[in-house]
Amino acid sequence: MLYSVISKSYWVYTHGIIQSYLKFKQMKLKYIFPILLVILLITACSTDNDDTPELNEVEGLLKIQELTNDSHTIELYTASGKFYTGYNAVSIRIKEHSSDTYVSNASLVWKPMMQMPSMQHSCPKSVIEKASGKKTVFTGFVIYQMTNLDGSGWTLTIDYSINGEDYSISEAITVEQSEKKNVTSFMGTDDKRYVVALIEPTQPIIGVNDIIVGVYKMENMMSFPVVEGYTLHSDPRMPGMGNHSSPNNTNLTYNHEEATYHGELSLTMTGYWVLNLKLANAKEEVLKGEDVTEEHTQSSLYLELQF
Amino acid sequence: MQKIVLVYIGVLLSMSGYTQQGEQFIRKDTTQLDEVILIGQRKLSNHRQEKTLSSIDDYLEKSNKITMLKRGNYAWEATLNNMTSERLNVTIDGMQIFGACTDKMDPVTSYVDVSNLEKVTVNSGQQGAENGHSIGGAIDMKRPSSKFYDKGLTTHIDMGYETNGNYGTTGLDLEYSGDKFYLNTDGIFRRSDNYKAGNQTEVFHSQFQKYNLSLQGGYKLSDRHILETNIIYDKATDIGYPALPMDVSLAEALISSITYRYKGHHSLLQSWESKIYFNTITHIMDDSQRDDVAIRMDMPGWSDTYGIYSKAALHKGKHKLLINLSSFYNRSIAEMTMYPNDPNQPDMFMYTWPDIRTFYSGVYVKEAYAINAFETVSGALRFGYHNNTIAKQTGLESLQIFYPNITDSKNRMLMSLSADYKLSEDSYDASFALGYGERAPSVSEGYGFFLFNSFDNYDYIGNPNLKKEKSLEFHVNSNFHFDKLKIGLESSCFYISDYIIGDIDTTINSMTIGADGVRVYKAIDYATILDVYLDADYTFNKRFSINSSVGYNYGTGNDNIKLPLIRPFSYLAEFNYNSLGFNAALQLEGNANQSQYSSFYGEDKTPAYGILNLNLGNMFYVKTNKVVLKYGVENILDANYSTYADWNNIARQGRNFYMNVSFVIR
Repeated sequence: MLYSVISKSYWVYTHGIIQSYLKFKQMKLKYIFPILLVILLITACSTDNDDTPELNEVEGLLKIQELTNDSHTIELYTASGKFYTGYNAVSIRIKEHSSDTYVSNASLVWKPMMQMPSMQHSCPKSVIEKASGKKTVFTGFVIYQMTNLDGSGWTLTIDYSINGEDYSISEAITVEQSEKKNVTSFMGTDDKRYVVALIEPTQPIIGVNDIIVGVYKMENMMSFPVVEGYTLHSDPRMPGMGNHSSPNNTNLTYNHEEATYHGELSLTMTGYWVLNLKLANAKEEVLKGEDVTEEHTQSSLYLELQF
Repeated sequence: MQKIVLVYIGVLLSMSGYTQQGEQFIRKDTTQLDEVILIGQRKLSNHRQEKTLSSIDDYLEKSNKITMLKRGNYAWEATLNNMTSERLNVTIDGMQIFGACTDKMDPVTSYVDVSNLEKVTVNSGQQGAENGHSIGGAIDMKRPSSKFYDKGLTTHIDMGYETNGNYGTTGLDLEYSGDKFYLNTDGIFRRSDNYKAGNQTEVFHSQFQKYNLSLQGGYKLSDRHILETNIIYDKATDIGYPALPMDVSLAEALISSITYRYKGHHSLLQSWESKIYFNTITHIMDDSQRDDVAIRMDMPGWSDTYGIYSKAALHKGKHKLLINLSSFYNRSIAEMTMYPNDPNQPDMFMYTWPDIRTFYSGVYVKEAYAINAFETVSGALRFGYHNNTIAKQTGLESLQIFYPNITDSKNRMLMSLSADYKLSEDSYDASFALGYGERAPSVSEGYGFFLFNSFDNYDYIGNPNLKKEKSLEFHVNSNFHFDKLKIGLESSCFYISDYIIGDIDTTINSMTIGADGVRVYKAIDYATILDVYLDADYTFNKRFSINSSVGYNYGTGNDNIKLPLIRPFSYLAEFNYNSLGFNAALQLEGNANQSQYSSFYGEDKTPAYGILNLNLGNMFYVKTNKVVLKYGVENILDANYSTYADWNNIARQGRNFYMNVSFVIR
């Protein structure tokens, strides 16, 4: 034990007194590392990867699946390499079989479809756009509000056109259930169905988080337009510890530019948080959700967060 | 001369002058004497005899101005002039050291033992600015001074037993003293079960166990130059805190220093001392011994301090000048992990002290001028730069929940000024002192994150934007000596502006299950604290004497809000008998009803109490070896009581028989 104290002390000593020296050293490392990295990459590229220089356009992403027809293969990527219920930011590339190259100009429209026993429905999704600053990558997001236990049920159809020629691909996809409830669909007091999904934070911190939530109205089985101008009242709670709240949270309000709801979310510690919500329309009429009280410990509209 | 209360700890194990000067019993002195003279003379009065193996806490408690706050039977928190740790500057030989517990379960006094120390100096208010800034004053625990006595090897063996709590103490001290070199090592082990309050009521979770090792060595480079090293290692385990919802499984400290001393001889430069030091504390709070908790949690904390000081004493004619340059760097970090009852949920984690770095650098100058043989005036100044930095990004982000605009760093300039006048005649002496002091908020006050205070049942949030706390103070002290009677009056008065205290914030939800709410530290406009003590000693003859003391304290803030932890009317009377080989003392001490309690800060009215103690001591020689025996009964009437200073009204010890025996073998 004495030894551990001494060794710890030594560490702290080094850390404390020679901190400035370390900083200087880190500065140097800051330059050395990129240089090393570049050298490494050059070596790597020159030996075996000459023919696919655009490979790193999807760097940091994992491939979920390839959808293939006669002429093209469409590659789907997310950060996790899987589709989960809730919000998914998706990157897409189209590879032309004949030339074995990635297509840089195309327009894509996607149609996710859930096959239920008695009917089928789609889900909220964005349009697909060219990723800014990239040559061959297209991006968009899709919000799966549910899935079957085994991940089955969803089919993804992508209609796309390249140089005025139309193509289509359709294949079954697997959507896994998220561990925590990050999307919810419900009937509001206005008798309309809504889908509410957590978009940010994906990496919550102890502190003030920028929270982004998407709110969509289910017009019919196929159409889920963005709901504009509503308010989400938020009350984060920790049920594992007396259901305490956190201070200085702000309500989420609509951001026109991004077509999502933005607010500030304070998390005072790591762990499991329940994000109790109340959805109110422009007239401040509450469509779903209740205040949290001693007796009513959870709003009927809520999302979950864990870190 | 400056007004100083010297609490003399005559520690048997480390007392060099003990045998030399033929002192028979271990006592301490609460009379006011010049600090420099006392070190050499070691002239002890009869005041409040103690058992030799008392903890430091016991010794401190015997001082008029100091009260120990008790959260259990171990690691009491010293308060001085009704102010607690954050307003005091507690040091070990001038070294800064800070507890690692967010709930003040490890005051720094708990990391040293009597075997490590020679004495403790207590200075009120700005009189204690030599080692750092404070409002209430300073407590400096002094290691023994150099021992180049050329006496060879001396061995001390100490054993103590107390019936209440089945409390045993064993100590061994080996001392080699040469002409050019000395080495002193000592070790002490203490262990106690749960103690019993009055009427045989067991106080659960009041056990503790600790050992302490220390090493002190010195080498004379030349006649005037000395190099010394000091190491203290202290480890306590299984400490119960009956007044708190959690216990401590480990409190461990390593305290080390290297000192270089120069001693002048009839020259301008009287002495010059430079020290470099380092200390590290690990404190692990847990609740594994508690059956019934709402949620399991661990709350470890760490505190490391590095420092350096250099002080020189100059003397020319009627002038005495003391200059002290000092600097320290502290790292305080504490965290909390909570384990949800639902095993599917992950652990909850937060930093309660988010890695706060404190850097201080300052200078202290004191000039004393002897007007004539009876009168002295002196003035002192301390000026320093104080910086707090939040080193952990997570910590900064956590605090930004409350203070969105704070940055990770905060600078403060701190100042302390004091002046005093002393008059010393044969039949009376008096001193008057004025002071102005400032302090920076403590780590908890500035940066604490949901620190639960079981005293008022609130969670506390620090406030990085707090203003400096400022204090204007006045002290008066006078003693009148009649033939056999001595009467002393001592009073301190503080007017503190921007007084830092927790204020309820109803907009914040408490985190701790069962807490009443959240308080955020803020500065109230002002607070006033006053204490008055009146002492009377009567000496019948060489053997019999009586001494007594009564005290009155007062503390309020804005709008007449009562401050918490202000001592009610207190009294003490002691009858002493002394002869060459035997002494006895009967003590009566107590407090009146606590009528001025602060319900806003969680206090209730503590009823009056009075207890009776009997202390006896013998000393004799077996050949050349000396044996000192101390024995007695504390709380003879087995009163079940608690005082205003007992956290959550935890009851104090009931009747206790004790015996300490010490052998000095040479």
